[in-house]
Amino acid sequence: MREVAIIAFGQTPNRRKELHRNDAEMVAPVVAEVLKGVGLSRRDVDFTCSGSSDFLAGYSFSWVMAIDALGAWPPIQESHVEGEAAWALYEAWVKMLCQEEIEVALVYGFGRQSMSSPREVMVLMNDPYLETPLWPDTISQAALQARALLDAGLCTERDFAEIAVRNLRHAESNPLAQLSGRPDPDALLETPTIASPLRKHDCPPITDGACAVLLAAGDRARELCNRPAWIRGLAHRIDVQALGRRDLTHSHSARLAAEAAGAIGTRVDIAELHAPFTPQDWILQRELEITEGTVINPSGGIHQGNPMMGAGLVRFGEVAARIIRGEADRGVAHATQGPCLQQNMVGVLEGE
Amino acid sequence: MELNDHEEALRGDHVLQYPYRRATGPILGRFFTEIRDHGRLLGMKTAAGKVLCPPVEVDPDTLEDLSVDDLVEVGPAGCVTSWTWLREPRPGNPLERPFAWALIRLDGADSALLHAVDAGSESAMRTGMRVVPRFCDERSGGIRDIACFVPED
Amino acid sequence: MADAQKPVTYIKTPIAIHYDYSIGTGSSTFMRAIREGRILGSRCPDTGKVYVPPRLSSVETASPMSELVELPDRGVVYTYCIVNIKFYDQVLEIPYAYAYIVLDGADSAIMHLIQECSVEEMRPGMRVQAVWKDPSEWTESLENIRYFKPTGEADLPIDTIMNQIRKKSYA
Repeated sequence: MREVAIIAFGQTPNRRKELHRNDAEMVAPVVAEVLKGVGLSRRDVDFTCSGSSDFLAGYSFSWVMAIDALGAWPPIQESHVEGEAAWALYEAWVKMLCQEEIEVALVYGFGRQSMSSPREVMVLMNDPYLETPLWPDTISQAALQARALLDAGLCTERDFAEIAVRNLRHAESNPLAQLSGRPDPDALLETPTIASPLRKHDCPPITDGACAVLLAAGDRARELCNRPAWIRGLAHRIDVQALGRRDLTHSHSARLAAEAAGAIGTRVDIAELHAPFTPQDWILQRELEITEGTVINPSGGIHQGNPMMGAGLVRFGEVAARIIRGEADRGVAHATQGPCLQQNMVGVLEGE
Repeated sequence: MELNDHEEALRGDHVLQYPYRRATGPILGRFFTEIRDHGRLLGMKTAAGKVLCPPVEVDPDTLEDLSVDDLVEVGPAGCVTSWTWLREPRPGNPLERPFAWALIRLDGADSALLHAVDAGSESAMRTGMRVVPRFCDERSGGIRDIACFVPED
Repeated sequence: MADAQKPVTYIKTPIAIHYDYSIGTGSSTFMRAIREGRILGSRCPDTGKVYVPPRLSSVETASPMSELVELPDRGVVYTYCIVNIKFYDQVLEIPYAYAYIVLDGADSAIMHLIQECSVEEMRPGMRVQAVWKDPSEWTESLENIRYFKPTGEADLPIDTIMNQIRKKSYA
């Protein structure tokens, strides 16, 4: 199988609200940065794929406007996923496996969720007949999953708080983090619930941002990058959508994706988990069989910044960046979309 | 004159609205019709003998199309399999006072339905508690014909 | 109580999502200027092409654009369409024409209404001039220009103009 690697990663600083730039204007400097970092120009990119959401952007075909950031002249080969950009990574990877002439691919994601209410907008992903008409916001849905874990005796609310604490502590070494710090878990547990048992620290922040990665194949990757982060396995699976038909203490699709990607029972130095809510971090650790030696979310994970539609791609970028810099040899990256870990992508990245 | 992004961009209120008129198909159509006309809840019996409520159109195991003839009555009471207390209701929610979201497995069903429980207070909520539907006086055919669920007593 | 009605065959599920919508720098620059009655574009440092409204980066080359250019409120019709459908609160009488207009000195077109011209007279190459609202009514909107009208001057060879624009493209 053709070898494909992530050779570069860039993202905007995570911020609560983008006050100056629209989507194309947010994407342009990030794309310029990743290309410049490896000495490539836009003409060296053979395929481009992006991830974003029209509903988050507020108008249809919103991803088309972002193409203005790419300098698409002469016309480029390009695709888009209406959703999390990690799935754009998947599309680019599959294409590179199949098409020899694609040596370099650009993948980017973006979103300005601060403009609307993501707690409601993302409910458009629920069943339009049976669930969306009630407008069960995303925090409430995640809370149903949290309650299931508590009821099963698998977790306590303190376990959830400790996950937030770990992420925020790691975020202190992330210069682009929106949030970081060393809160006391007991103090966090004193704060009021939003949708019980979830409290503010259990939930993702609102973040506007854009991110990009470059993929390259085989020797081209070795030419462009001293230590490419090779994609040894990449897979995604999806659970049934309805919450009432799933065992919410599990994410079977995460498990199956991890197995298919070769992430189970293998030693990894780092794991970046796309867990918007703390209980989901716990579930993913179990499904991916993350062991004690693995550092989870060295970037700070979602709690330091959640640039929705790019946050999953950022997980892949963060693992790749650490491999490229020689700070890790092998890592697992995870991305999710859909309610309560419905759809999951898992990848194993490794440096030579 | 220089173009730069020093100044904050202009902002304005924008609403994205769509009317959406969604065909239900025969199975959800019958499900909603029974709620509207008779205050009855139906589940779909699958080849494996499981009853799924809300009903499904395709058998999850055999992938065969299911039929309205396989719909069976469930509930009306059921039991809460998970819940969360929402202290501040959101726009469009079934209730305007604090309430619980719950997954409710109706009697006779093997899966759960998502809806609101008007329990009055968080302390009244418990996984395993029994609830019954409260139907709207005016019903138009849809999941909101069930105003909410309430504790059975 | 529900009476005997026809079986349910559809449900209505309207959505309305509210945005505190931010238009970004290029469009804000344009809107702030048009509030003062000025039309701005930005020039690509690689091709020299002037884009209206301005953008932070060149559409064709991705280079950052920082040079702003002021454009006159007159230009040439590139292409147009005749509208025969009334929209929800449209006050215009149908049929009417909407056109892509290349302002003098611009290398991209803006879209606007054409009035004071019968649809039969619409043609590419027609010279047009903006008709503005009273300045006291100006806001951050292209609607400060009510419409464009023909100037009566001789047509310009729009295909020649467009070919010259195309040649500037970074190839």
